[in-house]
Amino acid sequence: MPALMHKPVTTIVAIALLGLLALVPVASEAFDDPFMLTLFTRIVIMAIAAVSLNLILGYGGMVSFGHAAYIGIGGYSVGILAHHGVHAAWIQWPLALAMSGIFALLIGLLSLRTRGIFFIMITLALAQLVYYLGNGAYAYGGDDGLTILKRSDFGGLIDLNHRPTLYYLCWAILVAALYFCHRTVNSRFGMVLQGAKSNDRRMATIGFPIFRYRLTAFVIAGMVCGLAGVLSATFTDFVSPAMMHWSRSGDLIVMVVLGGMGSLFGPLFGAVSFLLLEEILSGWTEYWKIVFGPILVLVVIFARGGIDGALSRGQAGALMTGIAAFFLVYGVHLVYEDAWIIPTLILAAAFTLSGLVWWHYRRKRVASTETAGGDHA
Amino acid sequence: MLEPVLQASNLVKRFGGLTATDDLSLDIREGEIHAVIGPNGAGKTTMIGQLIGELRPDAGSIRFLGQDITHLPVHKRSHLGIARSFQITSIFLNFTALDNVALAVQAHDGHSFRFWGDARRDAGLREPAMEALKQVGLAHRADVVASALSHGEHRQLEIAMALATRPKLLLLDEPMAGMGPEDSARMVAMLQSIKGSVTMLLIEHDMDAVFALADRITVLVYGHGIATGTPDDIRRNEQVRQAYLGDELEA
Amino acid sequence: MLLLLFEQFLNGLQIGLLLFLLAAGLTLVFGIMDLVNLAHGSLYMMGAYFAAVFTQWTGNFFLGALLALPAGALLGIVVEVIALRTLYTRDHLDQVLATFGLILFFNEFARVVFGAGGMAIELPSWLEGQVMVMPGLPYPSFRFLIIVVGLACAGFLYLLVQKTRLGMLIRAGASNREMVGALGIDIKLLFTLVFGLGSALAALAGLMSGPITTVQIGMGDNILILALVVIVIGGIGSIRGAFIAAIAIGVIDTMGRAFLPNMLGTVLNPSDAGTLAQALSSMLIYILMAAVLVLRPAGLFPAPGR
Repeated sequence: MPALMHKPVTTIVAIALLGLLALVPVASEAFDDPFMLTLFTRIVIMAIAAVSLNLILGYGGMVSFGHAAYIGIGGYSVGILAHHGVHAAWIQWPLALAMSGIFALLIGLLSLRTRGIFFIMITLALAQLVYYLGNGAYAYGGDDGLTILKRSDFGGLIDLNHRPTLYYLCWAILVAALYFCHRTVNSRFGMVLQGAKSNDRRMATIGFPIFRYRLTAFVIAGMVCGLAGVLSATFTDFVSPAMMHWSRSGDLIVMVVLGGMGSLFGPLFGAVSFLLLEEILSGWTEYWKIVFGPILVLVVIFARGGIDGALSRGQAGALMTGIAAFFLVYGVHLVYEDAWIIPTLILAAAFTLSGLVWWHYRRKRVASTETAGGDHA
Repeated sequence: MLEPVLQASNLVKRFGGLTATDDLSLDIREGEIHAVIGPNGAGKTTMIGQLIGELRPDAGSIRFLGQDITHLPVHKRSHLGIARSFQITSIFLNFTALDNVALAVQAHDGHSFRFWGDARRDAGLREPAMEALKQVGLAHRADVVASALSHGEHRQLEIAMALATRPKLLLLDEPMAGMGPEDSARMVAMLQSIKGSVTMLLIEHDMDAVFALADRITVLVYGHGIATGTPDDIRRNEQVRQAYLGDELEA
Repeated sequence: MLLLLFEQFLNGLQIGLLLFLLAAGLTLVFGIMDLVNLAHGSLYMMGAYFAAVFTQWTGNFFLGALLALPAGALLGIVVEVIALRTLYTRDHLDQVLATFGLILFFNEFARVVFGAGGMAIELPSWLEGQVMVMPGLPYPSFRFLIIVVGLACAGFLYLLVQKTRLGMLIRAGASNREMVGALGIDIKLLFTLVFGLGSALAALAGLMSGPITTVQIGMGDNILILALVVIVIGGIGSIRGAFIAAIAIGVIDTMGRAFLPNMLGTVLNPSDAGTLAQALSSMLIYILMAAVLVLRPAGLFPAPGR
């Protein structure tokens, strides 16, 4: 796997992370902490959605600002069938995938004719259309959403009511999605996709009709994301338009960019760190977004390539320092739980993080000027 | 006599009031290097645009290997065997040199709806790509990311990508543009070495290169071909001297 | 019936004009600096909060509004100088993300500073009443004022863009950024000025909608999406396009909400009809946008040279 050989650190970290994720149900049992399993089921499901977005955003350069729509379409397909008394998984799940695929095909046919900012806007608009479709579906709860009373039935093969079983199913699907993504981006199809991202005019002159390749990738990504929606609906026993709100699509983009666009494991890192950060920060202060927002701005401005970029530039140490500093501040907060100290700590943490990010940036610049041109050979 | 590889007859292209191509006829024979020269604004790029299919002529026709291609789109002409190197370097910067060329090979090797096999280990793509890199003398830089290559190497890579599509006709749009004398000399030697294996249409400002390489030269002034002939013919042509070359060739 | 139709048209016009104030700043910033600023909705929200605070402080809505406008412009300028300046040369994805981060920040900032409960803006008593816009059609004075102010601003912007030197630069910038730089203009200053102007317009829209709805966290998020739709339909960088698209969307949305429930009510029960009508009139806007983009990919009035 030559693509992986270039980034041994990333691959090792990613495999270790997947291994740790596999142990979550055991740990949850051992520490008698059921919330842990709930949190990580959510994380794994969002990671699947992020992997699907990375296929078109990271490798294909298609900035879809409406990817959360497919989570909703997958979820509603299951919810609506369950509402009508159809519980068989082999009807629900393929139908949910087909619906996501059909919607992705329609949205792609319209949106892929446009470029740049217009593509961002039209995917956003079409996803809003789907969002309001959910809002207007009064027979299925409208904006209140729809509760799923009985989970999909695999005929006794898999028991989705057993929480660890559901978790391992999600985990296995995540691993499968990653493997599928790895094969696809390195295949001939993936080469065309990445070539079209880099220079679509050139692709036409060397003889590729790129529209149909882009559309295919768009549909595949929609279907994988629809599967994440199926899992999400199954896990929460609930679907509502809120899961398709435009800010959910924004969250997905953030996950992909935070982890590293166009890197295989980027979305995994991104989803895990985004949701963990959300969890920790929101347990820390109810105003967690006041910290998270600036972190996001700083990452965008200074740390292109996200977590994966930092790892493969050999900044694992710096990244660890950052994480350690973060938890140090968190620990201090836990010990001295005084109200006045919280804002101070927030400021200190923000300052530390921005300092670290700035330092990465400087180091990267210095490194790239020193080795310009030669070190890839 | 053999039918020419490409035959453009009475091409006209107007942009508003400006006639960029004015009743231009051109034939390119199998195996030759046919150079088109002319002062800036003579309509060379417009001519290339019409031959490659990015522009539609307002009048006239283009025949390629006996087939009328006047109305074919770009990617179909590419599949018939017309390749082009861009005046402004236009490669995939985040791919390695070999990846770039392999992608060009792939474009002419059936459809690309293949999702599983590793394209970087596909001998059917890598070997012809390596062959093309060898032809342009870039084989030793095959695994270098394109963004790390020099300007001269980018131009070589451009031509390797065009060659990799196994074209019957190669349109070279100012391949020496922006090159130093050393790189230029290397490029001339390289074009010299592939001469004969592929028919070439060369547009170039570097007169030394043109007269060293070309079998025939067409001189373009205001979109109209004022003369076509061997380098010696062109050198002696009084009209060309007055219109374009001036005293440049006396030296 | 005709009077009702006209009243709803006025409501649509009023919402459309608010949208236009928001979209005008957005389209200028987008057109001249090529910057997608999702945080524009936050400037709208902050404008409303400023007005609420200053009104409480001075006890007079007009004084409050007069103070809120420069405060909004100043906040915009600070945001531009600190965060957005580095983003001009980045691609749209980076801009979308970073300004998305700013939305998160401002929403929480408002929660910390102004509290989670939202604030009301007290109007002077003479604005609480109604005016006769037509014989037999009384209309709320404040909404009427919004229409007057909105039209005045549209006229002002038209004159500014068409007749002044600044407007000439803005128009030139929308079609060719390098040229403005080549003219020897201090492009940084121009950008900051335009951004300040856009922020003031957003604050104006926010402070005028404050007394009608309440001033609350996230009030800018949904109207921002509508404003984005407006500038995409109108053509990026075009004030005229933004004006036409904003009015069209305001009217479509209001008419849909006003008349669809009755029409659907003939076949559905009232609460279902209400739910469906609201969704349908919202969907109508996005269908309109999709249709415009398919037929005219650069919007109705694309800036030349883009």
